[in-house]
Amino acid sequence: MAESAKSIYQGQMHLLQKDMMGRYFARVTRAAEQGDGKAVYMLISGNPVELVQAFDMVPVYPEINALQLAVKKAALPFIQKAEEIGYSMDNCAYVKADVGLFLGDRKTPFATIPLPSLILCNYVGCNVYLQWFEHLAEYCDGEIYNLDIPFLRDPSGKPSKADIEYVVKQLEEVIVAMERITGKDLDWAKLKRIVEFSAETGELWSKVKSLTKHRPTPFDAYFDSVTMMAPLYCLRGTEDGLKFFQTALKEMEEKVEMGQGPLPEERFRFVIEGPPPWPFLRTFRDLFSKWGAVAVASTYSTVGGLWEFGFKHDPNRPLESIAEHMLEWNVTNRNFLQRYAQIRRYIEEWNADALVIHSVKSCRLFSAGQGDMREYFTKDLNVPTLLIESDIEDPRYFSEAQIKNRIDAFFESLEHKKIVREAKAAAGGAA
Amino acid sequence: MMYSAGIDVGSTQTKGIILDENRNIVARALIMTGANVTRAGDNCFKELLKVSNVPREDVAYIVGTGYGRYKVTFGDAQITEISCHARGACYLFPNTKTVIDMGGQDAKGIRVGPDGDVKDFVMNDKCAAGTGRFLGSAAEALLLNLDDIGPIALKAKNPVRLTTVCTVFVESDIMSYLAQNKKVEDILGGVHSAIAARTVSLIRRVGIEPEVTFTGGVSRNIGMVSALEEKLGMKINVSPDSHYVGALGAAIFALERAVKAKGELAQATA
Repeated sequence: MAESAKSIYQGQMHLLQKDMMGRYFARVTRAAEQGDGKAVYMLISGNPVELVQAFDMVPVYPEINALQLAVKKAALPFIQKAEEIGYSMDNCAYVKADVGLFLGDRKTPFATIPLPSLILCNYVGCNVYLQWFEHLAEYCDGEIYNLDIPFLRDPSGKPSKADIEYVVKQLEEVIVAMERITGKDLDWAKLKRIVEFSAETGELWSKVKSLTKHRPTPFDAYFDSVTMMAPLYCLRGTEDGLKFFQTALKEMEEKVEMGQGPLPEERFRFVIEGPPPWPFLRTFRDLFSKWGAVAVASTYSTVGGLWEFGFKHDPNRPLESIAEHMLEWNVTNRNFLQRYAQIRRYIEEWNADALVIHSVKSCRLFSAGQGDMREYFTKDLNVPTLLIESDIEDPRYFSEAQIKNRIDAFFESLEHKKIVREAKAAAGGAA
Repeated sequence: MMYSAGIDVGSTQTKGIILDENRNIVARALIMTGANVTRAGDNCFKELLKVSNVPREDVAYIVGTGYGRYKVTFGDAQITEISCHARGACYLFPNTKTVIDMGGQDAKGIRVGPDGDVKDFVMNDKCAAGTGRFLGSAAEALLLNLDDIGPIALKAKNPVRLTTVCTVFVESDIMSYLAQNKKVEDILGGVHSAIAARTVSLIRRVGIEPEVTFTGGVSRNIGMVSALEEKLGMKINVSPDSHYVGALGAAIFALERAVKAKGELAQATA
């Protein structure tokens, strides 16, 4: 069994991310502690961060608060606090961790979270999120705007013209609210510039992502993409955000040039569906690294936006293109067949050996249907598929022995197939 | 004579097999795993050496499997019990296409290829429903020995319909049937039928193709064999060694590696 050594690389991109995100969290904390800046709570999927940046408001993502608590293994007391006041064991653990945090001193290991000047909700990622944000609004008596983003329900997978107009109309209402809250008018020239930044950022991000088609892939499209997703959400539409992706692209191109990957040896390439188990990110990564297995594409890296299949923000149609992004160009607003098609493209175009599905116990909405997904890929497309389950947030759902057993068995069988294939090729070559 | 060993450190029991170089089983050992997993593996191996009279140095290669596989510190390699059950089942029944393995905490379905390789597999999630532990809880609630419940279940004429497959709640379910004066055999018939139904629906996810071989500790339970056959509508293979299949598969992997290493050594010194 070829067990490659554990490996992690911390390049320029990681350092820059730390620096930039440090500044972002300092800004968030200043808003909380000194009242310097007005916070807008938003969800990762289908948000109009460009508008928030145009008003110099501070984007705050409760999902990021929750995942940071999880990464620092600090989530459980907050989850339990929410359970004490009546949230069920089966409730989304992101919601519970964030509610527990919100009702306390709102200090994460990275920042102090300001109270919201506006709670900008939508149900693109999940309909439970509506209740989450409504609860937050209730707890602080805050102003909430629920963006109603229709799901993609046409077989073409496209939003209708009416859908786009409907969302644009709502964005116009949000602008009115933001003008009232900030006491200033929207600077349309500034918004255009910001949308231009988003367009360039998205383009760079999709170039970075296409580099994982190389063998070896220069970075892990799951575990390292996570590093890039934070600036994509928190800094999109800013010069910093753009600079980050310029640096990332350059660094990754150099890696491709040098034939460097995240592991000493790339033995298996996989596509992964589902968010990571944040409290055990490192452990989870090592379970794959030991097999020389690296992610070459992930659906999770598209929850906040899908640029690699051709979408580009258009500064000349700022509101329309923000609306299109919210409606069509993120994985969570797409229908299930589009999700299949996205994964299939990754497997084919990124030359993957297998699909791994990480199902989330406390998120039935995203996870429902993954059994069928496994069936489709194994039986219809003959793609070896592994389905494992734990949680994004709640450490009580992660059973290392069970997950390890499934991952080991899966790669044992892939290893066997690989050995047989190589032996056959060698025999063919000799003959 | 060259030998190989397989040690399967399971959640409940530790099983061991020694094979000779002609792939004959020369020894079996079975002990409770207990709290000290390393010692369980160790004791199992000692027991194997004792019953077989094989000198330690003649065991050329040892493979550890099961949840405690990384605690088989004297082993040469670790392989999951999923791969081992597939290989072991094909050794006992060469036409095996599907393996159903029911152990203390796991229920698994494995689709196997012609040479005993794993084509696909599925396991129960983090829940003991449909595993040996469920039967253990049922037996305890009825103050019966685990070994006795299978034959009793076979006598069921009107098996009850259990409302739960939860290992925790099965006891209260059984209590309520006892309170209704249901017969013990009918309750146990219901218990076996409920697990068989749950297991079969789990295994269907990988596809059930005959021949089906039943392995793991629960395969010793004749009531479960019968319940599974009824749900599947086909005969299933069970061997007196079905309980040892994980260890057996591990020993087969070990023997293959020992033979390969010997060949490489011979080539290198030639």
